[in-house]
Amino acid sequence: MIVAWAMNGEMLRPENGYPLRLVVPGVQGVSWVKYLRRIEVGDERYDTKDETLHYIDLMPDGLHRQYTSIQECKSVITTPSGGQVLMDQGYYNISGLAWSGRGRIKRVDVSVDGGRNWRTARLETPVLSKALTRFNIDWVWDGAPTILQSRAIDETGYVQPKLNQLRALRGTKSIYHNNAIQSWKIDRNGEVSNVQVS
Amino acid sequence: MRFSIILMQFALLPLLCYTPALQAQEKPWQHLGRKASADEIKAWDIDVRGDFKGLPQGQGSVAQGERIWEAKCASCHGSFGELNEVFPPLIGGTTAQDIKLGRVAANANNSVAQRTMMMKLARLSTLWDYVNRAMPWNAPKTLQTDEVYAVVAYILNLGSVVPEDFVLSHENIAQVQAKLPNRNGLVRFDGMWQTKGKPDMQNQACMKNCDTEAISSSLPEFARNAHGNLSEQNRLIGGLRGADTTRPAAQALMASTTANLPGTTSSNSKPNAVKAIPTVAGMDMKALLAKNTCTACHGLKNKIVGPSMQDIGARYQNKADAEAYLINKIKSGGAGVWGSVPMPPQSQLKEAELKAIAQWLLKEAQ
Repeated sequence: MIVAWAMNGEMLRPENGYPLRLVVPGVQGVSWVKYLRRIEVGDERYDTKDETLHYIDLMPDGLHRQYTSIQECKSVITTPSGGQVLMDQGYYNISGLAWSGRGRIKRVDVSVDGGRNWRTARLETPVLSKALTRFNIDWVWDGAPTILQSRAIDETGYVQPKLNQLRALRGTKSIYHNNAIQSWKIDRNGEVSNVQVS
Repeated sequence: MRFSIILMQFALLPLLCYTPALQAQEKPWQHLGRKASADEIKAWDIDVRGDFKGLPQGQGSVAQGERIWEAKCASCHGSFGELNEVFPPLIGGTTAQDIKLGRVAANANNSVAQRTMMMKLARLSTLWDYVNRAMPWNAPKTLQTDEVYAVVAYILNLGSVVPEDFVLSHENIAQVQAKLPNRNGLVRFDGMWQTKGKPDMQNQACMKNCDTEAISSSLPEFARNAHGNLSEQNRLIGGLRGADTTRPAAQALMASTTANLPGTTSSNSKPNAVKAIPTVAGMDMKALLAKNTCTACHGLKNKIVGPSMQDIGARYQNKADAEAYLINKIKSGGAGVWGSVPMPPQSQLKEAELKAIAQWLLKEAQ
């Protein structure tokens, strides 16, 4: 955990938590507290309101999971992505970001046929622990409607899950920590839109 | 053992930044701030933990709590903690059986659409600490300790956890904790707390002929323009553009929208090529528009970067000097008529070519 007072060679900006903020690599953003005034260190968790009543995950059996803070391995294709339009058939560089709260990204696979077949993408360096890692892969679009997906694997060997796998275990009331594979639908007219497959 | 570090503005920064080699030098910021006094720390150190460590002594009755509630709380939370207009409801969804078992059945069977605070509350310290720290919303930390006890007692009474003649105090709060309806409904999940914790599930890295799923959910049409016009929020380079979300989705690819001109046949098999544009004044319009890259920015029916060719024609066809106006616009370029993206001057075009394009826009493109 880092107490940060500067970023990118300048003091933190107000919107980023000036004068001091926490940086907690691998952990959900809500724990990266901004505008720090006081730090209290304890030997037991505090069970304050948000971490007891809000950031909890309701499982199908009615139990709430508490203190689920790790951001598990996830990836998303940023180009092409929802709201964009492919102007034409032909070559595209599919590019996206992958990350894991448990360490480095080891591999990212990309499917251009809705998850039927996968190819391994190139990772841009440096690949750092608990940091965004960019991936790229070549694609020639033949003009047919399809679905793009990416699937990241981190250094622990954990493979980013599918939405139906997450739902089978966690149900539909566990709204946080959705690290499922993201699907972008490509229409015949080139439009890219956000869809769920399950 | 617990201790407090107080950061008074930048008072602690030198500690965080010092390295041994630098300690001998005087730092420009060493006179900034000061150490927090014991009284200041005491005033700030108000947290009440799950095991009630930090809970101040005091007491408050349900009856006192009701009076405070009506004056300071009910306007947002409703007289019975049931209101769902300003904040999610506090009370509801729990039963006598839940209080007996310490598990709220509605959390498992989804019989209550929106979980209330009382359905989730597993530790009474959480409620006490939050009321004491943050309520009322418009005047936090104005309640006296006994008033906090009273308000918490009233909330518990609304949830049928304590009777209406109950007096909550630091002495009996642990016994009331043992009656919370969801006291056994919250578990710490170390698999997602420890970096090396065990995940609850994961995928297999299948590469060929893997199982797939059908689309189960899509962005609804009414949300298409929910974030403003995406065509104005995406870069204008490369093979992608932002969708024009102010209009329904186009029928065809952007690059092929110069096809299907009236009175022509589509024999070109390349779907994305500019095709079937007729000859005007002896000129091959398709070749002319393509050679001068007009079609990179103007679709026949679609706005790409600039307006569609049909929109241009429609706008000016009744203008008296339309042809001369368009010739000048194409030749000299312009900005501000159709949007902020400028059109560069096309000074390479010959007069006859300019005239042919202008005539085509006004007549044939329609």
